[in-house]
Amino acid sequence: MWEQIRANRTKSFVLVGAMAAVLLGIGYIIGMMFFGSPIGGLFIALIIWGVMSLVAYFEGDNIFLSISRAKKIERDDHPRLYNIVEEMKIASGLEYMPAIYIIDDPAMNAFATGRDPKKAAVAVTSGLLQNLNRDELQGVIGHEIAHIKNRDVLLMTMCGVLLGTIVMISYYMMHMLFWGGISGGRRGGGGGSGGAIILLVGLVLMIVAPILARLIYYAISRKREYLADATAAQYTRYPEGLASALEKLGGSRLQPQSANEALAPMYITNPFRKKGKAATDLSSTHPPISERIRILRSMGGASFADYNASYTAVHRGGGSVMPVSALAGAGSLGIRAASSEAAVGEPSKIERTREVSDLMWKKNNYKTINCNCGTKLKVPPNIKRFTVKCPHCGTTHSV
Amino acid sequence: MAIGIGIAVLVIIVLLIVGVVVMYNGLVRLRNQMNNAWSQIDVQLKRRHDLIPNLIETVKGYAAHERETLDAVISARNMAQGAVGKGVGAQSKAEGALSGALMGLFAVAEAYPDLKANQNFLSLQEELTSTENKIAFSRQFYNDSVLTLNNKVQMFPSNIIAGMFSFSEGEFFEIEVPKEREVPKVSF
Repeated sequence: MWEQIRANRTKSFVLVGAMAAVLLGIGYIIGMMFFGSPIGGLFIALIIWGVMSLVAYFEGDNIFLSISRAKKIERDDHPRLYNIVEEMKIASGLEYMPAIYIIDDPAMNAFATGRDPKKAAVAVTSGLLQNLNRDELQGVIGHEIAHIKNRDVLLMTMCGVLLGTIVMISYYMMHMLFWGGISGGRRGGGGGSGGAIILLVGLVLMIVAPILARLIYYAISRKREYLADATAAQYTRYPEGLASALEKLGGSRLQPQSANEALAPMYITNPFRKKGKAATDLSSTHPPISERIRILRSMGGASFADYNASYTAVHRGGGSVMPVSALAGAGSLGIRAASSEAAVGEPSKIERTREVSDLMWKKNNYKTINCNCGTKLKVPPNIKRFTVKCPHCGTTHSV
Repeated sequence: MAIGIGIAVLVIIVLLIVGVVVMYNGLVRLRNQMNNAWSQIDVQLKRRHDLIPNLIETVKGYAAHERETLDAVISARNMAQGAVGKGVGAQSKAEGALSGALMGLFAVAEAYPDLKANQNFLSLQEELTSTENKIAFSRQFYNDSVLTLNNKVQMFPSNIIAGMFSFSEGEFFEIEVPKEREVPKVSF
């Protein structure tokens, strides 16, 4: 059952290879245009790509977590979230417990980072913790753990770097073409019609390459999203949890405050989503939410085969989304019952909101004083006074 | 001509050896994964056993006269602890009984608002619910691993390698509880 992940990787590598070919094509043509031989251009392209890859590989997760202002939490900070992550870690057979981060943001979203399962992390927004119940949160975390387990983080980071390199090089080359002229012509050599053809090919490539690379990138990303949804359903044995979470996410109009475009494929839903986009949009990192919900809701079981059947049904026979090897010998898996909210001792939305806001105060180093009248006083870390007065009952507390 | 045949035979032999090594390593990996998954279940079961005395103490403070339910949980826990190491079958049965007894306890707890508001009880309940889930998920992963291993052990051509190196089939871990994945529901 876990074999398919490897088979799937091969398919993605083909697409990554296509992107790398685009990059090499650009390098080649730059070399022809500016140096009269492909070597120099290829060299420049590979150097830029190499440096960016190394930075992304070793520092990518730290950069992402710090720009999204994510704060690391421990088990005691939010036992329920920690437990859910651990549950999904167990269900996925991951060897290491991912680090958990929380982002103070009312918008609902979640993402995963980490180049390999050893260094993985999941981050959720406080809005997500407030609005989702246990089953829904489990679905979302299952989706993120699936990204880690399927090695999507590494794949999409590397694709993002390739895309970034292609866009950057094309951009600067266009500018150099317009403002600096072409040195290749001055060097003589070929000259004449040969030079004109190279110039034309170069111009077309500079315009087409970034678009092409972006389309490939989005195609890979969307494929990984379907796979992560299917994997989450298989881990939780409860597709409805994720479906209902996606419904809540889709219904919210809030945009994340500090989303990063390079990180978009790692989010549970596209953080740059615009309302009313066409259902078969080629320029999106994620499949449309409504479609993902429909597929999850019409699953007859919880296995990859069930997801695939449901995908085909939703697309009215429009092919399959899982690689054949993933479906070989995979039967249907039973779906579990929903957890009954009251029995789990599950907090209501109000309690969840209070829980999360207390956590955010704590993470921002505010001190909490419990007043006898039931009010919780939050004292800022840089307070100068020695006493505070409760606004409700007027009792004075020492800090 | 003779050299050509010789090379062909050599290539076939090398391919065969490579195939055997790959299949053997695959079987070893699956067996390790299965054993690892089993130890995961053990960790969670032990955690559940450890949480129960705490829970009993907390509930006693509010609902001491629910002796019967409390005793049922305690004896089920002792049975489950006694079954550790007595094979998959015995253990699954005892753990199933414990799950059932716990459901009964949580159902009873619903009738005590003070108990339900107790912070300690709430966090114990979250821990037990999650442990219950973790048992289910590690069981799920274990059973998936057993299924994959058994398929390899039974199917051609890996069954030949499995027979040669005596890889045996794994045993599924089933917990028999009525509606076992459902957390207790209470109706008044």
